[in-house]
Amino acid sequence: MTGFLSPLIEPGFFANAPVQTALLVGGIVAVVSGVVGTFTVMRGQSFAGHSLADIGTAGGSAAFLLGISPLFGFVAMNLLAAGVMESIGIRRPRGRDLATGIVLGGALGIAALFLYLDTTASSTTGATINVLFGSIFTLPSSLVPFIGVFSVVALALVLAMYRPLILTSISSDLAKAQGVPIRLVGIVYLVALAVAVSLSAVAIGAILSTALLIGPAATALRITNRTGYAALIAAAIGVVATWLGVLLAYDSYYWFPTGGGWPVSFFVVTVVFLVYLLSQVRVRPRAGARRESTAAETG
Amino acid sequence: MQADSATEPAEVLAVDGVSVTLSGREILRDVTFHIHAGEFTGLIGSNGAGKTTLLRVILGLITPSAGTVRVESESRRRPLIGYVPQRITLDPDMPLRARDLVGLGIDGQRFGLPWPSSARHRLIDEMLESVDATRFAESRVGNLSGGEQQRILIAHALISRPRLLLLDEPLANLDIGSEQEVVALLSRIAKQQRIAVLISTHDMNPLLPVMDRIVYVANGRIATGTTDEVVSSESLTKLYGVHVDVIHVHDRILVVAGRRDAPLQHGGGESIVEVV
Repeated sequence: MTGFLSPLIEPGFFANAPVQTALLVGGIVAVVSGVVGTFTVMRGQSFAGHSLADIGTAGGSAAFLLGISPLFGFVAMNLLAAGVMESIGIRRPRGRDLATGIVLGGALGIAALFLYLDTTASSTTGATINVLFGSIFTLPSSLVPFIGVFSVVALALVLAMYRPLILTSISSDLAKAQGVPIRLVGIVYLVALAVAVSLSAVAIGAILSTALLIGPAATALRITNRTGYAALIAAAIGVVATWLGVLLAYDSYYWFPTGGGWPVSFFVVTVVFLVYLLSQVRVRPRAGARRESTAAETG
Repeated sequence: MQADSATEPAEVLAVDGVSVTLSGREILRDVTFHIHAGEFTGLIGSNGAGKTTLLRVILGLITPSAGTVRVESESRRRPLIGYVPQRITLDPDMPLRARDLVGLGIDGQRFGLPWPSSARHRLIDEMLESVDATRFAESRVGNLSGGEQQRILIAHALISRPRLLLLDEPLANLDIGSEQEVVALLSRIAKQQRIAVLISTHDMNPLLPVMDRIVYVANGRIATGTTDEVVSSESLTKLYGVHVDVIHVHDRILVVAGRRDAPLQHGGGESIVEVV
């Protein structure tokens, strides 16, 4: 079986310990990103999601400097940033971009300093690449339990607020009138987003984690009419993209230029992007295409 | 106004002496009116008159600076108010079927994952049927027309069987056909289910055939009664504090108010047509 697939799957792929860790972590992270990402896109908070990922670089690089895993730096920094964004006014639609932008600018400045210090301290550019573009093949297996716990927390928060999250995405007035504590829902959701983004930053890098958060979700929203299915499809697309990315990165060891594999993140992001393009091309004729035009006219 | 006698329908909403001041500006002053079960009431006034503020006070989203709002209930378990907010834009990218949105009316505020049940499914089917939305129940809400979305939002508000239904400008952005459909639907539901309907609009004309009462808002104050009592030159002149003409044209009513800072004129260039 493996022999028959050997042009695609290199011998020893599944026996390789870093590959096993990468597949496990990549799969978990993709599921969390897909589910949380679905609500991020529905709530129109893609910019906040991307910014949290970038902001995390300050924490990730600081953790590197302290000699601990960037994961903890990402989580700490993102939770802090989420708190500041909330207090500056992310709940107001117009204050939202402003709050996000201000916190983003500040954090990137700090990241610039820490990344510089990382580089001078270790005399390599490893830290920068590691924090910005991920390090899924070099993750210590001791980190897997932590990744598992953070994933469960993020998923549990979002699933617990499943219905209030949909209601608030439709209209905050509607949700408020029905008794949804929209402020609380907003804050808890931001916590889940901060954790999800940290996880994907560890896997495919702070800068590219948006791709795993937004890409599969944006694709899933076009495919199905049901919120729950959209979250499942987004998770599935993410898992396929991540595993395919790991596989191709492993294969790429023998590609040009020989002597080093290509980055996993490149493959993951490329697959996500291609799947999204494919969903755009093959949009199935929607029920009520006629209505769509009337809605556009009246709306 | 009093609903104490046994022959009159039960009082559902009592707004007494309500005043609202928001950031130093007086929006509503000493507003008093009562609404009974099965009654269809139009909350009429031009844009910015304070209609939305009044609805938000009734919903409990704004605390009045004076006065009380009481919503009567037969049982504590039944929610009191169903609400259809102003101008919701349902995003076509939102993966949500019309029937899912109606279902959120039952328990959308609850935490935890929803479990499907046949009773729940049946309840949603019945509700969709009663607002004549079965045809597009499986479609994505964002792809429906304005009138269809409005019917789904009404179903969402009604499925929990409230005693009072509040609708904020539900006829805005609707074509005349959908407008008449929505009004007929609301009137039928008010009578059949004995729900009090309070509907805000800047144009009273689509409501004229079905309205039992009017609450007319202008300058932060209100006039209330039947259409004939309220929409007269005399009562509206008192409310606006400037001369107002009420013109009847082919079953439609036109309210023409003079500007406060301008000398009184009759329908001339200085006038504002408040309600067309």
